[in-house]
Amino acid sequence: MGAAKEIHQRSLAELARGLDAGDFSSRELTVALLARIDEHQARLNAFITITGEEALARADIADKARASGDAGPLNGLPIAYKDLFCTKDVLTTCGSRILENFVSPYDATVVERLNSAGAVMLGKTNMDEFAMGSSNETSYYGPVTNPWNTKLSPGGSSGGSAAAVAARLTPAATGTDTGGSIRQPAALTGTVGLKATYGRVSRFGMVAFASSLDQAGVITRTAEDAAMLMGVMAGFDKRDSTSVDHPVADYVGGLSRPVKGLKIGIVRQHFDEGLDADCAEKVNAALAALKAEGATLIEIDLPNIDLSVPTYYVVAPAECSSNLSRFDGVRFGRRSENSEDLLDLYSRSRGEGFGAEVKRRIMTGTYVLSAGYYDAYYLKAQKVRQLISQDFRKAFANVDVIAGPTAPTTAFAIGEKTDDPITMYLNDIYTIGANLAGLPGISVPCGFADGLPVGLQLVGPHFAEEAILACAHQYQQLTDWHEQAPGEFA
Amino acid sequence: MSTDWEVVIGLEVHTQLATKSKIFSGSSTAYGAEPNTQASLIDLGYPGVLPVLNAEVVRMAAKFGLAVNATVAPRSIFARKNYFYPDLPKGYQISQLELPIVEHGELFIRDESGAEKRIGITRAHLEEDAGKSLHERFDKMSGIDLNRAGTPLLEIVSEPEMSSAKEAVAYMRKIHSIVRYLEISDGNMQEGSFRCDANVSVRPRGQKELGTRTEIKNLNSFRFVEKAINFEVERQIELIEDGGEVRLETRLYDSAKDETRPMRSKEEANDYRYFPDPDLLPVELDAEFIEAVRKTLPELPDAKKQRFVDQYQLKSADAEILTVSRALADYFETTAEKSAAVAQVAANWIVGGLSAALNKDGLDIRNSKIAADELAGLLDRIEDETISGKIAKEVFDAMWLGEGSADEIIAEKGLKQITDTGAIEKIVAAVIEANPGQATDYRAGKEKLLGFFVGQVMKETGGKANPGQVNEIIKRKLAE
Repeated sequence: MGAAKEIHQRSLAELARGLDAGDFSSRELTVALLARIDEHQARLNAFITITGEEALARADIADKARASGDAGPLNGLPIAYKDLFCTKDVLTTCGSRILENFVSPYDATVVERLNSAGAVMLGKTNMDEFAMGSSNETSYYGPVTNPWNTKLSPGGSSGGSAAAVAARLTPAATGTDTGGSIRQPAALTGTVGLKATYGRVSRFGMVAFASSLDQAGVITRTAEDAAMLMGVMAGFDKRDSTSVDHPVADYVGGLSRPVKGLKIGIVRQHFDEGLDADCAEKVNAALAALKAEGATLIEIDLPNIDLSVPTYYVVAPAECSSNLSRFDGVRFGRRSENSEDLLDLYSRSRGEGFGAEVKRRIMTGTYVLSAGYYDAYYLKAQKVRQLISQDFRKAFANVDVIAGPTAPTTAFAIGEKTDDPITMYLNDIYTIGANLAGLPGISVPCGFADGLPVGLQLVGPHFAEEAILACAHQYQQLTDWHEQAPGEFA
Repeated sequence: MSTDWEVVIGLEVHTQLATKSKIFSGSSTAYGAEPNTQASLIDLGYPGVLPVLNAEVVRMAAKFGLAVNATVAPRSIFARKNYFYPDLPKGYQISQLELPIVEHGELFIRDESGAEKRIGITRAHLEEDAGKSLHERFDKMSGIDLNRAGTPLLEIVSEPEMSSAKEAVAYMRKIHSIVRYLEISDGNMQEGSFRCDANVSVRPRGQKELGTRTEIKNLNSFRFVEKAINFEVERQIELIEDGGEVRLETRLYDSAKDETRPMRSKEEANDYRYFPDPDLLPVELDAEFIEAVRKTLPELPDAKKQRFVDQYQLKSADAEILTVSRALADYFETTAEKSAAVAQVAANWIVGGLSAALNKDGLDIRNSKIAADELAGLLDRIEDETISGKIAKEVFDAMWLGEGSADEIIAEKGLKQITDTGAIEKIVAAVIEANPGQATDYRAGKEKLLGFFVGQVMKETGGKANPGQVNEIIKRKLAE
């Protein structure tokens, strides 16, 4: 199978083997992918910035390093970064007009680590503005389209990363997941999306949306690739006080762990009427496949999980209203012209710089933190958050992983939900719990409903990336959903 | 001030902690650098950057807490105080609200009658300073200097338990003295390292509930604290006596006009929307840490003062003055230890002549032109009667000008006291002979004239004769 594959069809692991074998150079690989990005950018709008020159320069360095036996673990392998990872001397817009001119003076820790492992940055991917959105439509740089049907949304907020990986423009891209923003687009594009445990990957250099929920991860086509990348990205960073000094497991080495004996929790509430019937069928089939491999399925109850979306929409906006205060037109980013005075400078710069969804969340967040409302909203939400975490803790006393659907439906049309924020928010109903509890989660392709990908979500206890990666990998050994490319982009 | 009114004052003292780097970044905190040269991406609030707590700041705050007999919180949290201002780069200040690092402390001052008075310290919390807006140098624009942004501050909040401007100053001086003893702040008021906000209200004496208070912001000298409070007290009393009402507001003190006036109301209408900062973990301190900090506590002003009274038999007032700063107290102790003179003599010299000379030259005791052992050398020459107290002042002045040690100056200027009885007798005889009228009058009973003769002898000897001997010899000669 591998030998017949074209270069863009190969997974990161396959490319690594090709580079090692000398089948092609990193430059050849980079040139091929840059050509594909170039070819499909107009149709997909997956990238905000394409860093062709830098990529070729890095590829050459990687080829030299390989020649001199000095290759890092990801030497010469391509990657794209969601445009909220700060990249030195490269535009970092966060999908926002207010950062349309922001060239970061430094690299995020994630970027630094991947760079020193030898990865080659192809560009910066499109995203919902400041990662606020589930459809990629809130980007100032225009919506990203879904490679499976370009009338549809790829999901969000890491929609550009997901679309780029699904369309075989890059084998891997980073993402961030504050409330499903890696896993949901992965499900909607038929890719693998891994969100790490809160504190596993440094947030330093990731432009903050909601600091207590934001966590980095990757979008790839295989769990194996996600494991390769996570091994490099994970680890303590003294520049992020919330990163945890916990040993990083050998994720790739752990992939061979069999499914046999695995206790898989099935959340009763995740299969109620909100879930599309076709999606349910695919997810159930996937669970049956795991059972056939020797896993035990155990029905579990997360009594407060229904409160996760409302809880999230208090906590996340509260933090974002404060995190986004620094975008004031004073020190960096876009400053409105012709302001009369200071207040005018603020209102114009922010008024013109932020889009509607970002403004809605800043307003919501400001409201829930206001004098007189704090206890009723913010404090209460924090208490519910504790309850949800507790529910997960109790559940993990009996199961190794929790499995279910990633999203309630397959990809929806661009424009379909834009006027109805609540319906849009409900797209993240199955993913948000893991963010509130700080748990690792992965979405893995588990079939198609009406020709559109469906995702199976696996959530693990804190720092159990190894377990969910292994389960996802074993599932991918049984299936070839991830090998199926969208027709136009095969 | 009318005696019908009782004044209630509480102070919020902002102390800059003397760390090398900022509270949440590695930038230097040194004063006086070119604008924005000590502002890192973290201080600038760049996208994606995160704060990391400087452990030294925590240690210093704990030290303060222990020094004022407070509870050092086993768990404290940082919160964001949200408001927009150009010199506040992130749009929020990282501070502490609900769980401050220090709570329930106390210290003791002297009230107006001289009696000891306890002032409660409600809390002390850590926070970052903002930057500085510069409005003067730019035409129709403002400049922002973020060197100060992120400088660690300990905000020390008192109970409203001071009842006069003088007490407020005494409290502030005590805090000033403690933070410098602890070496957690340089206490430099010109550079803004030590400043305070004063909450002032008045009420008819005997009334239980407090009057409406005003807050006077940013007072950066002891003198301004006293003047601003006195002005504000009078203003409030006058206002109420004229049938008006005090408004709850923030006021600024204008030292040029010696008055307070309200800040623009726009600046006070903030809802700060405090919430726990999700970028920072709770600060958790175990008993072991706190005990380790306790071991680093130096002897504090009150204890040192008591020891000076007990050990050196100093007058209480002098002991109090000498223990205001650790450097001054050390100076005294070195002088007293090295000199054979009685400690009180050393104290007199330090509180008197030396302090005057330091003040005149605007010097701190640490930069005194006469070192403690040099002063001890001078005191020893008085003690062994090489020179008189009067000559000693002359020697002191010469030492201050750097002319050498006491011994060198005495030798060079020939100031050694004349103690040779024969020599003094000769001079006395000559003086009596030169003033026969006065001698007759003295002998007739006008004993006041003794001073005249002593003066004459001293004049003849250039003050070098031993005054005791001179007295005795004159008396004896005139009695002959």
